[in-house]
Amino acid sequence: MKKRIKKAAVTAACILFWLILWQLVAMKLNSRFLLASPVEVIKRLFELVITPDFLQSVMFSAGRILLGFALGMTAGCTLALLSGKVRIIRTLFSPLISAMKSVPVASITILALIWAGSKNLSVFVSFLISTPIVCSNMLEGIDSLDPKLKEMSRVFKIPLWKRFTGVYLSQMLPYFRAASRLAIGLCWKSGVAAEVIGIPQGSIGRKLYESKIYLETADLFAWTLAVIILSWLCEKLFMLLVGILQKRVERM
Amino acid sequence: MGILKAENIRKQFGENVVLNGFSHEFKEGGVTAILGKSGCGKSTLLNILMGLQSPDEGSVQLPENAKIAAVFQENRLCENLTASANIRLVTGKKIPRETLSKEFGAVGLSGSENKPARTLSGGMKRRVALLRAVLSEYDILFLDEPFKGLDSETKDEVLHYVKEKIRGKTVIFVTHDEGECKFLADEVIRL
Repeated sequence: MKKRIKKAAVTAACILFWLILWQLVAMKLNSRFLLASPVEVIKRLFELVITPDFLQSVMFSAGRILLGFALGMTAGCTLALLSGKVRIIRTLFSPLISAMKSVPVASITILALIWAGSKNLSVFVSFLISTPIVCSNMLEGIDSLDPKLKEMSRVFKIPLWKRFTGVYLSQMLPYFRAASRLAIGLCWKSGVAAEVIGIPQGSIGRKLYESKIYLETADLFAWTLAVIILSWLCEKLFMLLVGILQKRVERM
Repeated sequence: MGILKAENIRKQFGENVVLNGFSHEFKEGGVTAILGKSGCGKSTLLNILMGLQSPDEGSVQLPENAKIAAVFQENRLCENLTASANIRLVTGKKIPRETLSKEFGAVGLSGSENKPARTLSGGMKRRVALLRAVLSEYDILFLDEPFKGLDSETKDEVLHYVKEKIRGKTVIFVTHDEGECKFLADEVIRL
């Protein structure tokens, strides 16, 4: 307990250090257009939070980004399972996964704009960002499965479902955890970036774009802070769910 | 009456012949020790009897649907499961939690039931692997150097526990330790 309090205190002190530094630089520059101070940003964020527009934009972007993430997780896991089982599928999809990993978000966004329009842009981009991450990590997990445990399951005639959860899932979950943590953050980053390019009506990306157009630096920072908080919350919530699942599997 | 029959087993790895014409009929309800120095083919023979490896020549006759349990050369535990979950994976929920705790205590593992296997020491993992095997339902129990990695005091405690648990059961175990043979085995095969 003492250790946790100490750790939290150190983290808080680090955050405070950066906030003070930010405030000092903002005061030195003395220009709201160049750099809004943290006090101004937090004040602006509170002003934005109480507007109906804020919740609407959050719902619009979060819903689409998380939908893309969920689809990406499903596709990535399925593809990894199939690739782990069937050699030809692994060979067939390997160049596609590599390409998906290295194609710039801007290119994906422009393609998505041409193919699907701007409304569901972030679904498509989040899906394309999360699928290769999840697929590669899960495949790494599948490759590292101990074949001797498979033999042990056969000797003890462990039923199929228990074999899946106890032997395979328990070994795969740490990989799933790492993949989802990485993917969820990237989905938020790239999803919002795509919205800034596609400027769909009612999205966080559009708000960021508008704050750039009107040189509202405080708005830009406030919306950025909102995205950071939302991304962090989503990650924590998802990790909590994965953690609960992991504990259940661990204890069978 | 024999429950498991090995006939003229031959196995070689490259030029090295490790088993040459091994034949034996293992008695039902008896404890048979396979004794020999390291590298003489004991584990290979056990794997062939379990059906995990095929002989180059010869055959193994095991009754169809015979339930087997084993302590392998390696522990083969699911590292991310708790010690008790590793056991429940093979026993199901037939063994009540309290009984399982007592079994853990009997091999000096009190309080380790809910610890993930990855956090246990080598000797503790070996005992969990042993518990998993002896507590499961089986017709034949195969043990490959089951007491390896245990200090003499723990080994003594575990030997007594295992002897009690396998009374009247068909057990085939591999060892290089004469003392273990004398203590547990009804019959000894020297390789």
